[in-house]
Amino acid sequence: MAKKLESTLKNMVLSLTLISMVMSAALTFVYLKTKGPIEDAARQKEINAIKMVSPDFDNDPLPDARLVDGVTIYPVKKQNEPAGFAVKTFSEKGFSGHIELMAGFNADGTINAITVLQHKETPGLGTKMAEPKFLNQFFGKDPENFALKVKKDGGQVDAITAATISSRAFCDALQRAHNALGSVSDSSEILP
Amino acid sequence: MEYILIIISAVLVNNVVLAQFLGICPFLGVSNKISTSIGMGLAVIFVMALANLVTYLVQNYVLVPLHIEFMQTITFIFVIAFLVQVVEIILKKMAPPLYQALGIYLPLITTNCAVLGIALLAVQKDYNLIMSVVYAASIAVGFTLALILMAGIREQLSLTDTPKGMQGFPLSLITAGLLSLAFMGFSGIVK
Amino acid sequence: MANLKYFTNGLLKENPTFVLVLGTCPTLAVTTAATNGIGMGAATTFVLVCSNLIISLLKNLIPDKVRIAAFIVVIATFVTIVDLVMKAYTPDLYKALGIFIPLIVVNCIILGRAEAFAQKNRVWHSVLDGLGMGIGFTLAITLLASIREILGNGSIFNFRLMSENASTILIFILPPGAFVTYGLLIAIVNKLKAKLSF
Repeated sequence: MAKKLESTLKNMVLSLTLISMVMSAALTFVYLKTKGPIEDAARQKEINAIKMVSPDFDNDPLPDARLVDGVTIYPVKKQNEPAGFAVKTFSEKGFSGHIELMAGFNADGTINAITVLQHKETPGLGTKMAEPKFLNQFFGKDPENFALKVKKDGGQVDAITAATISSRAFCDALQRAHNALGSVSDSSEILP
Repeated sequence: MEYILIIISAVLVNNVVLAQFLGICPFLGVSNKISTSIGMGLAVIFVMALANLVTYLVQNYVLVPLHIEFMQTITFIFVIAFLVQVVEIILKKMAPPLYQALGIYLPLITTNCAVLGIALLAVQKDYNLIMSVVYAASIAVGFTLALILMAGIREQLSLTDTPKGMQGFPLSLITAGLLSLAFMGFSGIVK
Repeated sequence: MANLKYFTNGLLKENPTFVLVLGTCPTLAVTTAATNGIGMGAATTFVLVCSNLIISLLKNLIPDKVRIAAFIVVIATFVTIVDLVMKAYTPDLYKALGIFIPLIVVNCIILGRAEAFAQKNRVWHSVLDGLGMGIGFTLAITLLASIREILGNGSIFNFRLMSENASTILIFILPPGAFVTYGLLIAIVNKLKAKLSF
């Protein structure tokens, strides 16, 4: 068996430099290899979320995305006819801060479907916002004549039991999506 | 106002040990006595604030311009290990009494995952320089608070008659669980 | 067969989670669901085996005084590789484990095995040791995670055991549940150890 290198300054610097260089090379290789798949994975995730909430569409919504007040709007089209929008919206009013939703709107402004992308709410209470029992009440409603507030605050939304704050945050995010959509359609840039 | 929120949230609501599970090793290891926990706590506050200052600069003026963000973990851990060494040497030369008090805790900090964890989290949260340092310092204050509370309880517990299988780690972990339950009462005060 | 003891050592006698009580941060943090336990365990095992292999290969090239620095470079490299690969191919698991993937770097199990075993032993034995320790860790945190998921969420590996509306003991998937369950499991292991005296 070879003898262990002595701890002289030259040996120490040499050995560390060599190891660092080999390891950095390996790392760079893996980075370049995974760069494409990482971007694809992020893209795929966005598209999957859009598909989940939007009415039927056949265009690629990502290039047409528009950013309004921190809310991302993806217009979706079917055979080049506008079919509606998927809106990535958020609220900072959750019980534990930031929540993020993807909400799908039909061309007539009614809500098609919603999915929760990100939240840190209390397990078992606030987390129920991602369950159909809570979500279903929004589907098919038009925020113009469906007050996006919990009933306690004079709105029409059935809050989750023992998680009023999470429910309020959810409504806040949805209202934000509706407002963003409104401000865009007023300038009629992407609507027909 | 933003700073007050960061501080309260870091110290109480998202307590680094009891809610985020970072720095458990020193939390279980050095919480036998109140006096040692205070020493460890002070050393951690100092190193963490400094580490976030330096890692912020490294991230924004070295890694991002060079587009090598993927080297983040490896660079940060080195910066932290290096910083701890430098702090140790400077303290030894410039402030021997302080070194006497904190010296033995410094080497332990390199392996404190809270230091690296918080440096990474501050980058993720997109904090600016001052916010990042304030965040790190208040996280460390939260760590110290948890450590001292735990030490106070354990000093009492050491006098009790505990079943053999429960002595040591099991008892400490269950105590930590009860503390964590108490800290859950703070959740929701920052929105 | 003599080599087998290097492998089984980490499974029972020196189980990193229940006996050595190392790597407690990920043990407590990611064990809210059994799948996370498996994912974290697999990532840690990979880093453990690779770093044990490389460090054992290079043991004669690393001067004593800089060994810790050299170990950290090797470990951090493999951690970053795991980080990138998981981000690319298992994005959901990556998101669930979050900050605890890069933090594998400071997991005391890995540096501990490099220092206590790999730098003194033959390559093959070091790989076996890493594998044993890694699998021991994986089994232990998956057990902890399963208990928490069943009691706290009424499911296991995302498979529902109870109806959607059944009330579960929520506290087990909240932070206090992590501490208490882990503490009780160590107590049980201590008790068993005293009885069987292994």
